[in-house]
Amino acid sequence: MLGSELLLKCLEEKQVKLVFGIPGGVVIPLYDVLKKSNIKHILTRHEQGAAHAADGYARSTGKVGVCFATSGPGATNLLTGLATAYMDSSPVVAITGQVAKAFLGKDSFQEADTVGLSQPVTKHNYLVRDANEIPDIVAEAFYIATHGRPGPVLIDIPKDVFTQEVSEIREPKIRKHIITKLEKPVLNEIQLGKALELLKHSKRPLILAGGGVTQAEGSYEFLRQVAMNNEIPVAVTLMGKGVFPADNPLFLGMVGMHGTTEANWAIQNCDCLLAIGIRFDDRVTGKLEEFASKAKKIHVDIDAAEIGKNCAVDVPICADSYDFLKMLSQKLRGIKINKDWLKQIELNKSIQKVSHSHLDPQEVMATINSLVDEKTIVVTDVGQHQMWAALFVHPHYPRGFITSGGLGTMGFGLPAAIGVQMANPEKKVVLITGDGSLQMNIQELALIKQWNLPIKIFLINNGYLGMVRQWQELFFNENYAETSLEAGPDWEKLAQAYGIKGKTLRTPYECKESLNTAISSREPWLMDIKVDPGANVFPMVPAGCSLDQIWGSWKNEAHVSSLG
Amino acid sequence: MKHTLAVLVENHPGVLSRVSGLFSRRGYNISSLVVSETEDSSVSRMTIVVDGDEKIIEQVTKQLNKLIDVIKVSDVTHDETVDRQLLLVKVNADNSAKGEIAQLMDIFRARIIDIGKKSLIVEATGSEEKIDAIIKSLQPFGILEIVKTGTISMVRGAK
Repeated sequence: MLGSELLLKCLEEKQVKLVFGIPGGVVIPLYDVLKKSNIKHILTRHEQGAAHAADGYARSTGKVGVCFATSGPGATNLLTGLATAYMDSSPVVAITGQVAKAFLGKDSFQEADTVGLSQPVTKHNYLVRDANEIPDIVAEAFYIATHGRPGPVLIDIPKDVFTQEVSEIREPKIRKHIITKLEKPVLNEIQLGKALELLKHSKRPLILAGGGVTQAEGSYEFLRQVAMNNEIPVAVTLMGKGVFPADNPLFLGMVGMHGTTEANWAIQNCDCLLAIGIRFDDRVTGKLEEFASKAKKIHVDIDAAEIGKNCAVDVPICADSYDFLKMLSQKLRGIKINKDWLKQIELNKSIQKVSHSHLDPQEVMATINSLVDEKTIVVTDVGQHQMWAALFVHPHYPRGFITSGGLGTMGFGLPAAIGVQMANPEKKVVLITGDGSLQMNIQELALIKQWNLPIKIFLINNGYLGMVRQWQELFFNENYAETSLEAGPDWEKLAQAYGIKGKTLRTPYECKESLNTAISSREPWLMDIKVDPGANVFPMVPAGCSLDQIWGSWKNEAHVSSLG
Repeated sequence: MKHTLAVLVENHPGVLSRVSGLFSRRGYNISSLVVSETEDSSVSRMTIVVDGDEKIIEQVTKQLNKLIDVIKVSDVTHDETVDRQLLLVKVNADNSAKGEIAQLMDIFRARIIDIGKKSLIVEATGSEEKIDAIIKSLQPFGILEIVKTGTISMVRGAK
């Protein structure tokens, strides 16, 4: 058996059915034997697309997403995708080819130090020097990717290791200290007790749930119990969307820079903040010193290094969200919170309506939201449309909102949506994207027709790199340097060129009608939704400000609406 | 404050770059770092002296623990330890000074290990404080070259 065959065998044993990738010089030996395995390979058109697709697969299922790339540029093209997965704790395993061992370190053709390059953006990585090590390394890579706080792992394999004849096929072994290191932390009863005491005595408690709750399978049910049995309001981070039903009165929406006024108000006025599976990112906390300054803080996270990293807390708990919430749901019952607390929060639900000259993005989002059912997964790109989606489009369950949070990678959406749809053929996949983001990985449109993926692409087209344009307007004296995308393309024609139906939508009526038609069809659609080019995302807390300093709108809104 | 971390790591190529990469990326300050094989050839031991307050040291320790190749991290700062550095120093020494330096080095139990026409090399081991004192005492003669290791530490046996 060859190294390449052994690799595929090991991947099959790990239940890998689908990989995303692109062949190239040194991985030809791997692709040469691909047909002999049961693994289906999806040819993306750029390695970055392969990494994001694997990431989308992983985020929507909780299982490992796998991607292949060749050495040198193939590997460097993966890096953005790996960094994206790393920041949002997504279990991706990347397999890259490398030049043959004898050529390593000689600046050979298509040689790059892949292990060195990927080190800061992976949980761990390997250079395989002997094909006999493949079973151990694959076993470890999958273990590392999925245990503890999930994350990407890269395996770099020289060409001659693929073609090496394997002498014996070993039983895969994972080093003992790795197992110990990544074991679930044991929930500390004393700390749990302290958290319970704080919550029981709190008059104005608030739960803030993040990606850790999304990741801990099933924990959201206990979260719902804890909140509903005790009437504790729930806010979420971008990565926590879907863990709590948006139609429940206790749900406050997202916190942070583009959080809802009520969620941010609640953060700043609660007396006890229970933060679960979050990492106190600057986009969440605003000015850290003034974040939830009236509250005793409880922080639960599976990653010990997250505790105390950004925010000093009163009760640190290193635990899996599932274990913690399960115990809490049993022990915390019928606490008496101040009814005024919920009323006050309600009073802060103020939405300042701005009138728009074109299609209002908020209305478009409301239309999309009305189409989201239990079987819908919403994928977004990065920018204004992402924040509008986060504010106004609500998935019903965790893993129902797939977005690049930590790294904020434009171009993530389309390939991620492809990975999501491939992993969930029975689900409806809606991609909300922007004209800036979509052009960053546009080449992947080819896969939609090729694999008959019924993805609905809702392009929120404002002809700008909108989020940057918004900052230029608000903070840079309306100097709109290099943010206009008015050159096009003609999206209907572009969609047609890729064999997809496209339509331009300009009015609320057209929009409602066409999005409805699209969502109920089994075909892919690209809807070019021309929204107001001057529309901004509000509420907004300017960078570095406290969450109290929240802007509901902008003085020049009307002026800007006449742009474009 | 300086903290001494004893870090057991896998004896693989690339482990040092993972550890040093972590320090530079997260902006921690390494005062010194020594790596060598241990009694078990598959394991290396790093003695890292880090400058920082308790909060930073806690983060350094936790982040190190996240590296897959790190087996164990112990902060031995407050333990009873034996700490040593090794120093080689080349000093200006004409014939009249050689005797004086030899006497001085006797006090520190340092050794002269090479004699040139106008210089000599001193070898010494000891704690950071002792090594600093030796260097200071040699400065009046004119130091030509210094090379020293970082600190290595070992926790004392139970008494």
